[in-house]
Amino acid sequence: MAPSTESRVLHAPMKVEFDYTRSLGSVLSQFMSALKQHSVLGGVLADGRVVVPPPEYDPVTHEAITELVPVSDFGTVQSWSWVSEPVAQQPLEKPFAFAQILLDGSDAPMLHAVDVDSPADISTGLRVRVRWAEQTTGTIRDIACFEPAGDDVSEGSASMDFGAPEVTGIVSPVNLAYDYAASPEETKFFQGLAEGKLYGQRCPVCEKVYVPPRGACPVDGVPTTDEVLLPDRGTLTTYCVVNVPFVGQTIPIPYVSAYVLLDGADIAFLHLILDVDAADVRMGMRVEAVWKPQEEWTTDLNNIKYFRPTGEPDAEYDTYKMHL
Amino acid sequence: MRDVAVVGFAQRQMKELDGSPTCLELLVPILADLYEQTGWTKSDIDFWCSGSSDYLAGRSFSFVSAVDAIGTIPPVMESHVEMDAAWAMYEAWVKIQTGEVDTALVYGFGKSSAGILRRILALQLDPYTTQPLWPDTVSLAGIQAREGLEKGLWDANAMAEVVARSMTDAQSNEWAIRKGATTVEDVLAHPLYADPLRRWDCAPVSDGAAGIVIAAGDKANQARQRPAWISGFEHRIEPIAINARDLTTSSSTASAGKAALGKEGVGSVDLAELHAPFSHQELILRSSLGLADDVTINPSGGALTANPMFTAGLNRIGEAAKRIWAGESDKALAHTTSGPVLQQNLVVTMEGR
Amino acid sequence: MAKIPAAVIGVGQTHHRAKREDVSIAGLLREAVDRALLDAGLTFDDIDAVVVGKAPDLFEGVMMPELYLADALGAAGKPLLRVHTAGSVGGSTAIVAASLVQSGVHERVLTVAFEKQSESNAMWALSIPVPFIMPVHAGAGGYFAPHVRSYIRRSGAPLHIGAMVAAKDRQNALKNPYAHLHNEGTTVESVLASTMLWDPIRYDETCPSSDGACALVIASEDAVKKSGVKNPAWIHGTQMRSEPTTASERDQVNPLAGQHASAALYKQAGITNPLEEIDCAEIYVPFSWFEPMWIENLGFMPQGEGWKLTEAGETEISGKLPINMSGGVLSSNPIGASGMLRFAEASLQVMGEAGEHQVDGARKALGHAYGGGSQFFAMWIVGADKPAN
Repeated sequence: MAPSTESRVLHAPMKVEFDYTRSLGSVLSQFMSALKQHSVLGGVLADGRVVVPPPEYDPVTHEAITELVPVSDFGTVQSWSWVSEPVAQQPLEKPFAFAQILLDGSDAPMLHAVDVDSPADISTGLRVRVRWAEQTTGTIRDIACFEPAGDDVSEGSASMDFGAPEVTGIVSPVNLAYDYAASPEETKFFQGLAEGKLYGQRCPVCEKVYVPPRGACPVDGVPTTDEVLLPDRGTLTTYCVVNVPFVGQTIPIPYVSAYVLLDGADIAFLHLILDVDAADVRMGMRVEAVWKPQEEWTTDLNNIKYFRPTGEPDAEYDTYKMHL
Repeated sequence: MRDVAVVGFAQRQMKELDGSPTCLELLVPILADLYEQTGWTKSDIDFWCSGSSDYLAGRSFSFVSAVDAIGTIPPVMESHVEMDAAWAMYEAWVKIQTGEVDTALVYGFGKSSAGILRRILALQLDPYTTQPLWPDTVSLAGIQAREGLEKGLWDANAMAEVVARSMTDAQSNEWAIRKGATTVEDVLAHPLYADPLRRWDCAPVSDGAAGIVIAAGDKANQARQRPAWISGFEHRIEPIAINARDLTTSSSTASAGKAALGKEGVGSVDLAELHAPFSHQELILRSSLGLADDVTINPSGGALTANPMFTAGLNRIGEAAKRIWAGESDKALAHTTSGPVLQQNLVVTMEGR
Repeated sequence: MAKIPAAVIGVGQTHHRAKREDVSIAGLLREAVDRALLDAGLTFDDIDAVVVGKAPDLFEGVMMPELYLADALGAAGKPLLRVHTAGSVGGSTAIVAASLVQSGVHERVLTVAFEKQSESNAMWALSIPVPFIMPVHAGAGGYFAPHVRSYIRRSGAPLHIGAMVAAKDRQNALKNPYAHLHNEGTTVESVLASTMLWDPIRYDETCPSSDGACALVIASEDAVKKSGVKNPAWIHGTQMRSEPTTASERDQVNPLAGQHASAALYKQAGITNPLEEIDCAEIYVPFSWFEPMWIENLGFMPQGEGWKLTEAGETEISGKLPINMSGGVLSSNPIGASGMLRFAEASLQVMGEAGEHQVDGARKALGHAYGGGSQFFAMWIVGADKPAN
C-alpha cells in the first residue's frame, strides 16, 4: 500500500483513529466485570447450553439472556489457525495461533489467541489455560491469551462477587492507516498549487469550468478535460462564521468559512476568509488569495493561507445568485 | 413476479488502483460500456442502486461522489446498500417487482488496497467480545478450513484442486489478477502461509468496480437477444458468532439456494459462479447447494483469482449471465457471500430462453 | 402488475438520549424493535425479513454492524438488508422495507434504523481531515449554515423565523415522552439569546446528538387483516431522489431532487394540493431554518414564501399544516434513525396513536428525510384509509 515512486497520482497517508466508548448493557457488563476478577462467565441459553462469551439474546427464543454461570479458565482447542504475520493490536506481536477453545463447563467454544512458538506446538485437543493480563480492566483483553496447560488442572474460578457489575463500559481504540490517493484530475490541480497556480478543467459536454477538476462532471458523468488557468481572486458567494470547537479542529475559532467563486470558474469552493472582521464579511464580497511563502508550497490547498477582501466594489447579486 | 433479466455487465478488477478510492475512474467507463451493451442512455434507466463500504475507503459517505459517474442533474431515483453490490441488485429487482420501475443499473466499487484489508474486516466482528482481539479474515478462514480437514469433509488435495482449476480457468479472464496454468502439485508445492492455508487458498486483495443492468419483460428483450432471465433470487443471514454455527456447512446458502431453485431443484443448473474467497469455502458452497460434479464451476476463475470487495459478488452474477447470453449455459446459478466465514449468502438463478 | 397495498402495523422507538449508557448497541435496537413487534401483536417468528438502516459506520466503529446485530434482531435464517444513504437513510430504509411488501416478495417486514452516537463523536466522524484539502469544514452545521444564509438572502425572511421554528419544536417535544430534549420554557427570545455557533445558526437552532433507534413493522393487505390491527397506516406513496453534492449552478437552497421527489410523491398519492390535502408533516429539520426551506421545496408554498407559513403559526400543532409535532430532529437526532422517526411519527398520526402531540383528525401525513449535502431525499405519505390506486 505504500505509494510507488512512479505513481501517476498523489498519495498521502491518512489515519482514522478513535477510542470508541462502548456501553455494555446487563449481560456484557457482568461478563466483563467477572473477567476483571479473573473469572469467565457463560450465558445459559433456553435449551440449557452454556455459551462463552455470553450472547445478549437467546438464538432461539430471542429473549434476553438472564442467567450467567462461571466456567473454567481451562479448556481444549477445537480448531486453530496459524498467524504467521500478526497485524497491529492482535493479542500477540509474534506469530501465534487463533483458536476455538472449549472451556470446561461450557458447550460452545470461544475464539482467542494461543501463545505457542510454532504450528508444531499446537493441535486440536490441546489442553490450554487462560493467561490473565497483568492488569485486568474488564475487557476481553483481560485474557491476554491462552497457553498450553500441560498436566495442570484448574483450581476453579476465583471467588467473585455477583453484586452490581463494576464494569459497564469499555473503550475500543480503532486505529486504521490508509493510503489516500487523489484522482488524476485532482492530482493536476494539486500539482498546479505547488507552482502557485489554480487549474480548473472544463467539462467537454456542458463546458462548465470545475475547480478542483472532477473525475466525472456531476451533471454529465464524464471526466472534466481542458485545463483552464484561473486567477486567484473571485467572489464570496455565501459563508458562515464558525464558532464551535470540535475534535480535530486545526483553525482557531471564530473564523469565516466561505464559498469562493473564482473569476472564470463555474463552481465555488470552500476556504477561509481572514484579514477582515467577521461582522464585515458580506455575500458578494470580492476576495483574493493570500499565499504562504513560495518556499513552503506543496501539493496542497493549504498553500493558500486564506482569502481576504480585495477592496473592489461587491459583485452584483445577479452575477452569483445561480451559484447559491 | 415480473420477468426480469440481466442484460448488461461490465467490470474492472486490478491488484491496486493507482487512483482515488471514489473509483470514478472505473465507474465512468463501466457505465459507458453498459450504455453501449444495452443501447440505452441514462434517461432509459429508471432506478439506480450501488454497494460499497465507508470503512474500505476510510471515510464517511464514501459513496456520495460515486453518483457523479451517473451525472445526476436532473436527479435520479437512487439508493445505496453498505453491502456487496449483489444486494444492491436485489434491492433493484424488488423495486422492479413493485411495478414502479422497469429498468435498473446497479454498481459496486471498492479500493481494498487503501488499507490492510484482513485487519479492517475485523471491524465486522462483535464489537465487545471479539473485535478487540482483531481476528483477521485469514485466521477465521483457517479455523474453518481445519474443522473440515479434521472432520474428514475435505482434504488438502481437494482444496488444491479448487485452486488449480480456478487459476487455470482464469487465464481466459482478462480481469483476473492471479492466473496461469496450474496443477494440484504446483499448489501443494507452496509452503503453508496460515496453517492450514496456503497463500493461493486465499483470495488476493483486489480493487475494482462493476455494474449490471437489469430490466423487465419487453425492455429486457429490447436490450439483448438472449437475456439472462432471473428465475430465483434469495438471500439469508446467520449469526455472526462462529461458535453459533457449524462452520463446515453453510445453512444460509442451502436455504437461499433451496428457495431460489424452487420445485425444479438444482438438477437443471449447468453452471455456477460461487463467491468463495477461500478454496475450502467453494467446497462448502458446492455441497450446501447440492451441485453435481458435472456442473461447471467458476469458469471466470472466481474470487480466488480476483476478489474486489463489494463487487466480487456482483461479478459472479455478471459472469454467469455472460455465459447465458453466449448460449454456453441454459440455467446458471450465481452466489455472493458477505460477513466473516460465509455469514451471509445470496443465490440468484438465471435462465436463457 | 398491481402493487400490493402495504401498511405500517407496528411502531416502536427508544427513549432518545445523549448517551444511552444502560444498553449495548443491540440492546438499544431491541428496545425499539420489541416495542414495534408488541404494537403489531407479532413475534420474531412472524417476520419474513429485516431491513437495517444507519448512517456512517464510523459513528460506532463497527463495519456493517447489521452483521453483528443479525442474531439480536431475530434475522438468523432470514434475509437481511442494510441500507446507507447518508442522513436520509432512515427514510430510505423504510421505503426499501415497504417495497419488499408492495412487490409481493414478503408479507411482514421488520425495519429498524439507529445511531449510537455516544460511542464516538459525530463531528469527528464527519470531519476526518483528508490530505491536500483545506479543513475548513466544521461538521454538519458548518456545511449547512452558508446555505441557510443564502435562503435568508433569497427569500428576505425575517431573522427570527429560525428561532420560531426552534421554539415550536422544543415545545412540541415536551408532549413527546421519547424526545431527547425536554427544554421547558424555550421561547423565541431564549433561542435568539443563545450562542451563535455557525452564524447564522444559533445553538438552540441546532439538533442534539442522540443515541436512539426506531423500528416499524410493515405488512401486506392480507397480513394487515390477519394481524387484527384496526388502525394501520396505509402507504400511499414512496419516493427517493438523489443529485450531486456539488455541481455548477446546483440549487443548494431548493434542491431539484427534493422538488422532483415530492412532485412524484403527490402524483402517486393522488394529491393535487398538498397544503390542503395533507393534514400534517414530519420533515427532516436538523437546523431550524430548514423548516421554511423544505416547506418550499416540498411545494407547500411558493418559492420564497415558506417562512410565511411558519411566521403565521400555521406549522404549530393547531395550525393549517402542523410540522414536527414530535419535536422533530431539533429535539432528537440519532442520525441514522432520524429519517425513520419522521416516517414513524407520520404513521402514528394517521393511526391516531400520537398521544399528546396528536393532530386532531389527521388522516394523511407526510414523512420526509434528507441527507448528504441536501442531495438525497426520501419521503412517503401514509393515510388512515387504504389507497384507492
